[in-house]
Amino acid sequence: MRDVPFKVYDTVLRSRLLLGTAQYPSPAVLAAAVKASGAEVVTVSLRREAGANRAGESFWTLIRELGVRVLPNTAGCRSVKEAVTTAEMAREVFATDWIKLEVIGDDDLLQPDVFGLVEAAEILVRAGFKVFPYTTEDLRVAERLIGAGCEVLMPWGAPIGSGRGLNNVFGLQALRKNFPTTPLIIDAGIGTPAHAAAAMELGYDAILLNTAVAKAGDPVTMARAFALGIEAGRLAYSADPILPRDMAEPSTPQIGRAFSDLPKRA
Amino acid sequence: MQIHVNGKAHDVAATTLAALLAELDYHDKLVATAVNQTFVRAADRLATPLKPGDAVEILVPRQGG
Repeated sequence: MRDVPFKVYDTVLRSRLLLGTAQYPSPAVLAAAVKASGAEVVTVSLRREAGANRAGESFWTLIRELGVRVLPNTAGCRSVKEAVTTAEMAREVFATDWIKLEVIGDDDLLQPDVFGLVEAAEILVRAGFKVFPYTTEDLRVAERLIGAGCEVLMPWGAPIGSGRGLNNVFGLQALRKNFPTTPLIIDAGIGTPAHAAAAMELGYDAILLNTAVAKAGDPVTMARAFALGIEAGRLAYSADPILPRDMAEPSTPQIGRAFSDLPKRA
Repeated sequence: MQIHVNGKAHDVAATTLAALLAELDYHDKLVATAVNQTFVRAADRLATPLKPGDAVEILVPRQGG
């Protein structure tokens, strides 16, 4: 089966891994991990600068030198107003109309405030943004986001940074089935390449992750492992996997088996 | 006058957002600005007056997930 290209907002991406840039042990490790991952898109943020060390400037220079596309986020925003203002600020600084829209509704689980999310998405799409909403697997919310003009959805696998994988496989399958042509990116909660591969086998289009690579003992090797896991999962999905069975089925032919004329049991 | 910059109180001489950035040594840096939670484009900073009690955000590119 021939695979279809991964396309978001008229941009075709070869890599189905989008990588976060936070929490790495050093800028050098971040750069090496991005290269090892093959990611063409990395997420970035806007923050207050602590002190006069110009860390923001050196970070931005590093990202530009990597030659990757950036997806700014509104991480940590807890209201529509905060998220919209942050998106507008990000558009100017990063010179992109892409925005990973987060409106957080719960401090412990960092669960999206889906009501605020839809409202912010409507405002930002009207203002010309290409919105990548961080959402849940809720079908009605997905419908509202698409109605607002979002051409991609990013449901969580599990809470941000938890590494729990896919908490609600049934719900994610339902989302995929209900929106077969919308690019769906699992964003958050992935812990291992096996989780990422499992999501890809469900037919998800791509994976966005950060902590699982950045906090691994060897982030560069883990970045490569995720790239391979995601590619394997996508290939498996496009190759149409077999369905599970309750009973065994011999893989070796039964015809011509020696002693097949003897009684089955003494 | 006293204003808030990135959540901290500052006594400043600047009366516009552009002057504030120069006063705080941000004038040659890539930053995004907001006053009282409203985005202010770089092109509008010169014409954006500040008044006592204003809350100014000056943000820079940083790592993100």
